[in-house]
Amino acid sequence: MNTYTQPDKTGHFGAYGGRFVPETLMAAITELEEVYEQSKNDPEFQRQLSYYLKQYIGRETPLYFAENLTKLAGGADIYLKREDLNHTGAHKINNTIGQALLTQKMGKKKVIAETGAGQHGVATATVCALLKLECIIFMGEEDIRRQKLNVFRMELLGAKVISVSQGSGTLKDAVNEALRYWVANVDDTHYIMGSVLGPHPFPVIVRDFQSVIGNETKRQYSEAVHSLPDAVVACIGGGSNAMGMFYPFIEDETVKLFGVEAAGHGLNTPLHASSLTKGKPGVLHGAFMYVLQNEDGQIQEAHSISAGLDYPGVGPEHSYLKDTNRVKYTSVTDDEALEALAMLSREEGIIPALESSHAISYGLKLAKEMEKGTGLVICLSGRGDKDVETVQSLMGGSEHE
Amino acid sequence: MNKLTNALEECQTKQEKAFIPYIMAGDGGLDRLKSQLLFLENSGATAVELGIPFSDPVADGPVIQQAGIRSLKNGTTLKDVLKKVMEIKNDVNIPIILMGYTNSILAYGLKEFTTDCLQAGISGCIIPDLPLEEEAIFSSIKTAGIVLIRLVTLTSSQERITEITAGAEGFIYAVTVKGITGARDAFGEELGGYLKKVKEISPVPVLAGFGISTPEHVRDAIQYCDGVIVGSKIIECFETGKEDRIRDLIQASKGLVQK
Repeated sequence: MNTYTQPDKTGHFGAYGGRFVPETLMAAITELEEVYEQSKNDPEFQRQLSYYLKQYIGRETPLYFAENLTKLAGGADIYLKREDLNHTGAHKINNTIGQALLTQKMGKKKVIAETGAGQHGVATATVCALLKLECIIFMGEEDIRRQKLNVFRMELLGAKVISVSQGSGTLKDAVNEALRYWVANVDDTHYIMGSVLGPHPFPVIVRDFQSVIGNETKRQYSEAVHSLPDAVVACIGGGSNAMGMFYPFIEDETVKLFGVEAAGHGLNTPLHASSLTKGKPGVLHGAFMYVLQNEDGQIQEAHSISAGLDYPGVGPEHSYLKDTNRVKYTSVTDDEALEALAMLSREEGIIPALESSHAISYGLKLAKEMEKGTGLVICLSGRGDKDVETVQSLMGGSEHE
Repeated sequence: MNKLTNALEECQTKQEKAFIPYIMAGDGGLDRLKSQLLFLENSGATAVELGIPFSDPVADGPVIQQAGIRSLKNGTTLKDVLKKVMEIKNDVNIPIILMGYTNSILAYGLKEFTTDCLQAGISGCIIPDLPLEEEAIFSSIKTAGIVLIRLVTLTSSQERITEITAGAEGFIYAVTVKGITGARDAFGEELGGYLKKVKEISPVPVLAGFGISTPEHVRDAIQYCDGVIVGSKIIECFETGKEDRIRDLIQASKGLVQK
């Protein structure tokens, strides 16, 4: 493969990406782009970032050889990248700490963010407490009802949680409302986008901050096995853990990359979140990318058992990597993910997040098909503590709400 | 020549200010469209901004969001709207500007959209999530003679205003609040200076919009520019049956002699 240089200067990954935002935000995203470019080459910024990644978040995270899982699969050696061991329990904080430091650098005092299940909200509220930034989290009223504990967690951390009743009261509406708030308060506020979504430069910034996952994995794998892995698997909602994992491997042609979307109740039902498989290109939340939409271009509701994958679009870079066939995108149903969660808990003593369970499920299938002696890395993007209640109600046979 | 550009030139010749109301297509059913357009035409509006409902309208405040939701619940699609406008085009004279989000047009198909707009006699489009940087994807709309209205805002730098107004068509939509559409109690202090600045730079008429809801707002704004756009208030008036208030707003725009 040639050197990978996406996106271009205007923030386009091939046809995807761009900056489809109201004019009011153009000044803010241009400023963000400038400050971010400076920060990349600013040793002091990089030193601060490394310090917090190590001392506060607890990086690096292990690349763990899952021996029991490997035996069970009977094919490739399976390694788990343990992003669940980060402070706050998922990969989300890799990005929020970076963007919170950018906020300080821009001299802004206030941070807003959207959250679905609450993971990105908690990761944002956490770094805002640390860096003494005012924090407002937008969350759909439906999600607030489903994730009461995470709402309380954010409030404990000093954040204000705003209930969004507009539209369908879920994640995409929380993004809309956060964008509206940002338009009105752009002078003193930074929007910490939680995934590789939104207008340029967000998809680049989030990818770069999350690339610590792939960079560590590459080095750790090489130290352990003295080669590159044969395949890498990650789950995809908006796509941030996958992009962070894949990006350092994109030019390594021998490494097969697999992104796993949520198939919900199944791709033949309307209840899924497989934007790359079942959606078509369109503009949502500032970027041209694959989105779930009807013929009239109205954005449709996504469905997944895991709130973190429950978003009707996938970031522009993934859209590009799909069209260029560099990454293979596939999907896993709610039931398969649940099964994988239980399986990993029993086999390895690790309860994965429902999001990550999608990657585990597909990874196990893939490992079975791969030859012995080959190596497979699965990104274990978060821990499952937050999902235990959901899982209990489903496995206990009682109807979920 | 473009009907909208003509109407704006006529305003300038008559030394009048332009008044462009916004209505949401399909709010109350598309059958209501003809009578609404005729009412606005007969009340002295210069042109009409016709909103296309979208599931995720990030530039809109609560009133227009709700109108969009009502319209979508009625099953309104962009196809239906253009079909209806085509049907009534011989009865309605007022220039029509579509205001819709990028994705509605992409999903329709750019080529079909342009053809159907021409057939329906649409004069222009306002696409609030399409900044200058991305405008090229819709260049065929402009080539077809439909004007693509550009927006400037309080956060646009002088340099950027110059860039945006250069080559602008129809009019410049000067957003008068940092924020989304919807009524405000008062304008920010920067408003007058900002509108003056835009007016000095722009080769085409400058119309102020967002947050204009009272005759006082209208009178304030038109001291500095060529006219106003009123959205949320118009929707509210139609919704609550207070059409005479719409007349008051339009009258306010006519009442002031050019200084």
